[in-house]
Amino acid sequence: MTALLTALGAAAAFIAVTTSDSAATAASSTLIDGQIVEIYVFLLAAFTGFQIITKVPPLLHTPLMAATNAISAISLVASIVIAGAERPLFINIMGIVAVAAATINVVGGFVITDRMLKMFKKTEAPK
Amino acid sequence: MIDQQIGALFVQIAYIGASAAFILGLRGLTKPDTARRGMQLAAVGMVLAIIGTLLNHEIVTYQFIVIGLVVGSAIGLPMGLLVPMTAMPQRIAISHMFGALAVTLVGIAEFVHYRDVAGGPGVVKMVALGFETLFGALTITGSFMAFGKLQGFVTGRPVTFPGQKLINAAVFLGAVGLYITLVLTQSGGGTGDAGLIMFGVMTVLALIIGVTLVLPIGGADMPVVVSLLNSYAGLAASATGFAIGNNILIVAGALDGASGFILSILMSKAMNRSFANVLFGAFGGEKAAVSAKSAEGLTTRSITAEDAAMRIGYARNVIIVPGYGMAVAQAQHAVRELAELIEKRGGRVRFAIHPVAGRMPGHMNVLLAEANVPYDHLFDLEEINEEFHACDVALVLGANDVTNPAAKNDPGSPIYGMPILNVQDAEQVIVVKRGMATGFAGIENELFYLDKTSMLFGDAKSVLSQVVTEVKGL
Repeated sequence: MTALLTALGAAAAFIAVTTSDSAATAASSTLIDGQIVEIYVFLLAAFTGFQIITKVPPLLHTPLMAATNAISAISLVASIVIAGAERPLFINIMGIVAVAAATINVVGGFVITDRMLKMFKKTEAPK
Repeated sequence: MIDQQIGALFVQIAYIGASAAFILGLRGLTKPDTARRGMQLAAVGMVLAIIGTLLNHEIVTYQFIVIGLVVGSAIGLPMGLLVPMTAMPQRIAISHMFGALAVTLVGIAEFVHYRDVAGGPGVVKMVALGFETLFGALTITGSFMAFGKLQGFVTGRPVTFPGQKLINAAVFLGAVGLYITLVLTQSGGGTGDAGLIMFGVMTVLALIIGVTLVLPIGGADMPVVVSLLNSYAGLAASATGFAIGNNILIVAGALDGASGFILSILMSKAMNRSFANVLFGAFGGEKAAVSAKSAEGLTTRSITAEDAAMRIGYARNVIIVPGYGMAVAQAQHAVRELAELIEKRGGRVRFAIHPVAGRMPGHMNVLLAEANVPYDHLFDLEEINEEFHACDVALVLGANDVTNPAAKNDPGSPIYGMPILNVQDAEQVIVVKRGMATGFAGIENELFYLDKTSMLFGDAKSVLSQVVTEVKGL
């Protein structure tokens, strides 16, 4: 069931992302078109996330928090653009701070999640 | 021009791949044995997204990006590698702050940027920008306060003062009012300084809200707060995606928001609080006013480690109930040793974990996993609650309110209706506790006065070490 939903969600996200790309490049499209698609993306991702995450056992709730935190540090992507784009210097500097803050979460978040998950072991089979 | 289009296409493909990796990675977390590989996949997705972004045609200089990446890695890597598992609640709380900081800075930068763009951001983007900055800013200070409370440099007690709710409401309404005004006046692009000033004041008010939101919340309510901040950080990241028209941010933020939202609901259910009650804070305050059953005339039975060892050593079926006290005493390794000893003697040991035991969702599981307790020995409330009546000894370790039978049988009790572990059904109960202090709810626990209950006073770690030594000598 989860597999099915995941596939559905991934497919929907794929369609949504590709559609929005073409909508953004097509000169004739209006502003609203792209943003309607963004709302689709949000709803589908939230729905998929909801379906999957309700199935995460309480056992793994702390790694789950660390993991979603690391994933949402994808705001690094937005920070990178602000640090590197042609903007006033103070904006670039804000970008540097944002890149650093998000990188802390990306690097630290994935490392610590892995450290935690490494600890969860089953009872060893009796020899 | 063609190059730019191919570049843009490559970026989108990288983002799609990353989205799929994130979703599949989270799916891995639904089972302990697939979790690790799942998260490694998600990490690959992250790298993919970053590489894709570096090809963005807007980027003209890389030196600033490199500085940020190096500084961030230099702080993040040691934090990831060295933070002890016992400090995990603080680590999670502070990471929400970093995430929110990045998002808020992006929000401010984008707002300033749109002043130079003809036509301005438009209504939808302005709504997203404002939301992003509002929620980002309050998550920065809220998470920092949560971090302070967990780390111990801000008092863990609820801080309240007269007129608090009124002031909070005023600040909140002020921030929301400015937000709405900004959307109404700045969507078409602002020219004067009024927009900048309003945006600045809104951000400052949001920073204040973060402080006042977490200040009145006590230590034991931290699982809810940390989950809620997790959700806010995610929603702010998602709003960033709307503001800059970036789908990967929308997807990742939505996933984070969903997880925080689900955890907040689970935690508030486990505390028998409505979600609204949690959202609008101010909990922990009114409880003290409710009078609970007095302990007068009741006596407890105190036993020594030697007595406890006799009972535990010959028990066939033991359920251990860990709570925050175990985390404070860092007794998880001593617990594991005791559990192994009982098993060697032919007994069965299981751990019963209440959803809100500790300071964050899953706190006890992480600590016990660190001490090498196999995860198939750890059980949730629903899984194990029917098993207590068949167990010889229930060993309560620094847990209090989550075992209080008053939640079931005393409608006048402030915790009435909260799901509890049915410890009182066990053949006999041993409670390891430092003293007779009440739990967070500030009420007496009837469990301690039952005939079948014995109290073993002392620091959980040293008491358990004594018990282990005694059991070895049996």
